[in-house]
Amino acid sequence: MKILVAVKRVVDYAVKIRVKPDKTGVDTQNVKMSMNPFCEIALEEALRIKEAGFAKEVVAVSIGPSQCVDTLRTGLAMGADRGIHVEASYSFLPLTIAKILKSLADVENPGLIFLGKQAIDDDCNQTGQMVAALLGWPQATFASKVVLDKDKQSATVDREVDEGLETLSVDLPAVITTDLRLNQPRYATLPNIMKAKSKPIKKMTLEDLKVDIKSDIEIVEVTEPPKRKSGVIVSSVDELIYKLKNEAHVV
Amino acid sequence: MMIRRWRRSGDFLRSACKSLTSLRQKHNSMSPSVSGFVNRYESKGKTFESNAWNDHNRELDHHSCVGGNLWMMQQYKSFGSSSSSASKLQRNPLFSSLEPRDVSFFNEILGGEKYVVQDEERLETANTDWMHKYKGSSKLMLLPKTTEEVSQILKYCDSRSLAVVPQGGNTGLVGGSVPVFDEVIINVGLMNKVLSFDEVSGVLVCEAGCILENLATFLDPKGFVMPLDLGAKGSCHIGGNVSTNAGGLRLIRYGSLHGTVLGLEAVTANGNVLDMLGTLRKDNTGYDLKHLFIGSEGSLGIVTKVSILTQPKMSSVNLAFIACKDFLSCQKLLVEAKRNLGEILSAFEFLDNNSMDLVLNHLDGVRNPVSSSENFYILIETTGSGETYDREKLEAFLLKSLEQGLVSDGVIAQDINQASSFWRIREGITEALQKAGAFYKYDLSLPVEEIYNIVNDLRGRLGDLANVMGYGHLGDGLIEPYVYEWTSKHRGSISAEHGLGVMKANEIFYSKSPETVALMVSIKKLLDPKGILNPYKVLPHSFFSP
Repeated sequence: MKILVAVKRVVDYAVKIRVKPDKTGVDTQNVKMSMNPFCEIALEEALRIKEAGFAKEVVAVSIGPSQCVDTLRTGLAMGADRGIHVEASYSFLPLTIAKILKSLADVENPGLIFLGKQAIDDDCNQTGQMVAALLGWPQATFASKVVLDKDKQSATVDREVDEGLETLSVDLPAVITTDLRLNQPRYATLPNIMKAKSKPIKKMTLEDLKVDIKSDIEIVEVTEPPKRKSGVIVSSVDELIYKLKNEAHVV
Repeated sequence: MMIRRWRRSGDFLRSACKSLTSLRQKHNSMSPSVSGFVNRYESKGKTFESNAWNDHNRELDHHSCVGGNLWMMQQYKSFGSSSSSASKLQRNPLFSSLEPRDVSFFNEILGGEKYVVQDEERLETANTDWMHKYKGSSKLMLLPKTTEEVSQILKYCDSRSLAVVPQGGNTGLVGGSVPVFDEVIINVGLMNKVLSFDEVSGVLVCEAGCILENLATFLDPKGFVMPLDLGAKGSCHIGGNVSTNAGGLRLIRYGSLHGTVLGLEAVTANGNVLDMLGTLRKDNTGYDLKHLFIGSEGSLGIVTKVSILTQPKMSSVNLAFIACKDFLSCQKLLVEAKRNLGEILSAFEFLDNNSMDLVLNHLDGVRNPVSSSENFYILIETTGSGETYDREKLEAFLLKSLEQGLVSDGVIAQDINQASSFWRIREGITEALQKAGAFYKYDLSLPVEEIYNIVNDLRGRLGDLANVMGYGHLGDGLIEPYVYEWTSKHRGSISAEHGLGVMKANEIFYSKSPETVALMVSIKKLLDPKGILNPYKVLPHSFFSP
């Protein structure tokens, strides 16, 4: 079985971001970029499944400009067997990504597609679900535990939901999106980094995949959230009630 | 490089300093001895009060008599010296004692109780150093808000012969920031404003009470970094850093404060304000007096403002955690790193196996980045402007070292989170030591080739009695543990970074000649005739006892 893992290159989690003065987006010049943390977890899970003997190959795919190759190299250094870079000059919204992944899945025929539950730059939490719908495959999102059954060709997935944990059984092939507590990703060790240099990264274009990238959504403006107003210390309960009633209008 | 707070599954990876300060309450309380000064160490519940003796060898024998229970994490020689002075160290009778009229005066010039602290709980903290090894018995802490107030305080104290202790973040490791007896504490924490920042030259002018991490946070959005970085950054003040000539993790790249501090303002014992606050990179007009104050540990004057040259922030930071089989490989790796990584090398730290075990055992959420357990671990950091280029350079260097057998294993951090966790290991050693119990900590610098011989030597002598470990800024030739004599014999410094404080005040002769020390004493007496500034510290007591 082959596992396809989609990884996204995003602004590093620990960076303090700033909005560009023209409000078209977040400033990514000279800012540290890394693999989306949830994608790292997805890749780690795929690698563990392969190491347990359930899969033969882990393929990492990334969609974006040429620097995505760095992200793929990280994936290869962690242990993925090969990478696919779909060239795109600007960042796409989830539906377009999902269409691209569907085209890839038609070509590669994986038994499992792993994605992070959401990207930390747009927080959409849509791509995995859309891919499953386009492929007509079952989906298990927010996975905190994945157990494969080779004979039954299915996966038992614990999902983190608001009320707690929900356990699903999905037949393969399936789409799984990963949540924080699924695993702790491994570090890229020097020997693996060395091996990664000889692993192939295939370049593909949108024309190759015959994907329509026209989006119905246009980002109009990106602004910072309003600055938090400083608090006020009240001197008595009466003053508190007055303020709650007449200023905050909550009682 | 910034160590930022981040959240992951509810875990909070704090920068080492924040955890350090939260540890303060943990240690058992110590009661002051008659002389107001005591050192204690614990051994699995038993508490000893160390006695005075000077002979290092006898100290080792004493520990063998105590028996295998003593599990010191590192050997620490303060007791030998300062505790010999603990019984001999007397409060200088020429210093006056605090009187109500003094408190009234301070209340008047500082503006009330808020700035004149006599509250016992707050004094308890201010009287105790970070390692809980030294405790004074001051009855008063003053919080001036301006240089003028500092000047008035000192002028008054000098006229009244009241001894004082300048205090910043109180994170020093040699007992230099707390009173020995009842000296009045002058804490500059309220003087924490940034005065100016030139975005072209990178010159930052600020008050002495600014916390290092806050300055770093201020500079970050402007694209600059402070030229120094240390584990205590969340609490230490820039004034204290300057007064102690703090080194830290970035010394290998940016050099010492003697180079990066362009000017400072200090107040001398008689209240004189010395404005040496230049912002010029080049200024050859007369004697460069600021250098006297840098590293004088508050004994020549209280630093009130600092002008420092900050560095442009470079976005491409890479960090590798390496395992080496033996110390010789570490040294060779250092040489190769300097040669191959050159201008982008920004940190080279090492720790040994024992240090790693200690950290893994005592800190939460920490794992060994390298899967195998090795004898030595090295942290190599590069900082540059070209992301891909730097990365490739580091990878190429490490892979070559791997092939040559210098390196047995290693990982490269893939994002800032991973980098933070690697740094946590190195920066968390002191914290882990505190949790582990009694420890002696040496801060020495030695010629690089000698460095680890000292640890092996000690291990041979102590055997099972103590766990000896070594770690430090290998790039600067610094290592933490060991013995003054050994150091002196091998032309090293007994205090590479942490200063002399009260802990090593009488030990200066291990590293400086009598003539130089005599000149230091003359300068001290010139600037502070009554000796009210941070007495009993830095220079040998014998020069100042009446």
